[in-house]
Amino acid sequence: MFWHAPYYRHPCFREGAIAQLGIAPGVAAWGLMTGVAMVKLGLGVTASVVMTLVVFAGSAQLAAIPPLLGGAPMWVVLVTAFCVNLRFVVFSAHLRRYMMHLPRWHRLTMGYLSGDLPYVLFVQRFPEPAQDEPGRLEQMAYLCALGSTNWATWLVFNLSGVLLAQWIPSSWGFGFAGVLALSGLLWSLADTRLRLISAAAAGVAAVLAVGLPLKLNILVAIAMAVALCLALEKHVDRVTEVEAL
Amino acid sequence: MTAGWTVWLEDAAHWFGLQGLDPYTLLTFVLMGVLTMVARSFFFIPEGEWTLPAWAQRGLNYAPIAALTAVVVPEVVLTQGRFISTLEDARLVAMAAGALYFFWRNGRGQAVLGTIVAGMAVYLPLHIGLGW
Repeated sequence: MFWHAPYYRHPCFREGAIAQLGIAPGVAAWGLMTGVAMVKLGLGVTASVVMTLVVFAGSAQLAAIPPLLGGAPMWVVLVTAFCVNLRFVVFSAHLRRYMMHLPRWHRLTMGYLSGDLPYVLFVQRFPEPAQDEPGRLEQMAYLCALGSTNWATWLVFNLSGVLLAQWIPSSWGFGFAGVLALSGLLWSLADTRLRLISAAAAGVAAVLAVGLPLKLNILVAIAMAVALCLALEKHVDRVTEVEAL
Repeated sequence: MTAGWTVWLEDAAHWFGLQGLDPYTLLTFVLMGVLTMVARSFFFIPEGEWTLPAWAQRGLNYAPIAALTAVVVPEVVLTQGRFISTLEDARLVAMAAGALYFFWRNGRGQAVLGTIVAGMAVYLPLHIGLGW
């Protein structure tokens, strides 16, 4: 359903695939090292392959392995995975207005494919939802291209990491390419004063709250940064206006 | 007594050649996959007319950059959960090199790709060679 001709024949599909390929080395290195880490945490190769194919959420995969191997009840493993995925709930609120014209299963498939990087690239390219049918098709073609390119890159390299784990020492630090990919996107989003404030606040909050379990520091940081920006909006707007004069 | 779904899952697992994986773990993974889908689709699962309040809609404009920084900064300034004590750290230098490339290119073209390449070109020699 989601992988249909109106999407992949649309010029925007190509554009989206190229945009996602630009950050593919980061996704690849990150996926590779996630695969290596899964096996080194003690998950068997078969289990790692199945987990990679089904779960498709890097940090949730890594977070869920220790409780899973430690014999924790299934609900603990699931709650762990969901908490690490909570930032996606915030992203889904943002994507809602872009998606509601689609049938539900179609939306769910697009949602499944919309990880961190496709989400960021998408809302950067299309800051507002389209108002007409051609515009919506264009946006969905772009999102579909981002999501499927990201999915394919992630899967190939995560599986490679699982299969090659014994020959790739984690100490080389290839995974840092993933952090650099995120940082590149970060620079490209830093285009207004309020977004810079958001970034600074989130960075400080994420470090201060790093002791929280389940990577909840990320969620706390997003909430604090957004709240701070909303509180400062009027003030900063006035400053910018004065400077513009 | 074995529940019906366990037998069914065992058959399915066998069919896929996954003898090494017990049905309980397979079920856990399937449910984790469902949770990935639910988390990423959360607010657009329900049908019907419903929109976020205007302030929340505006607030979401600040969420993407906040999410990125919240992931990136701890990865760069913390080691084993503690603040780094030296500037001789390959991550800091690589991050600076990546940023320099990005702003030199003014963010045009495949600037993010260049950020990754420039950063890793600095990171790998410092990290593997000098142990930074």
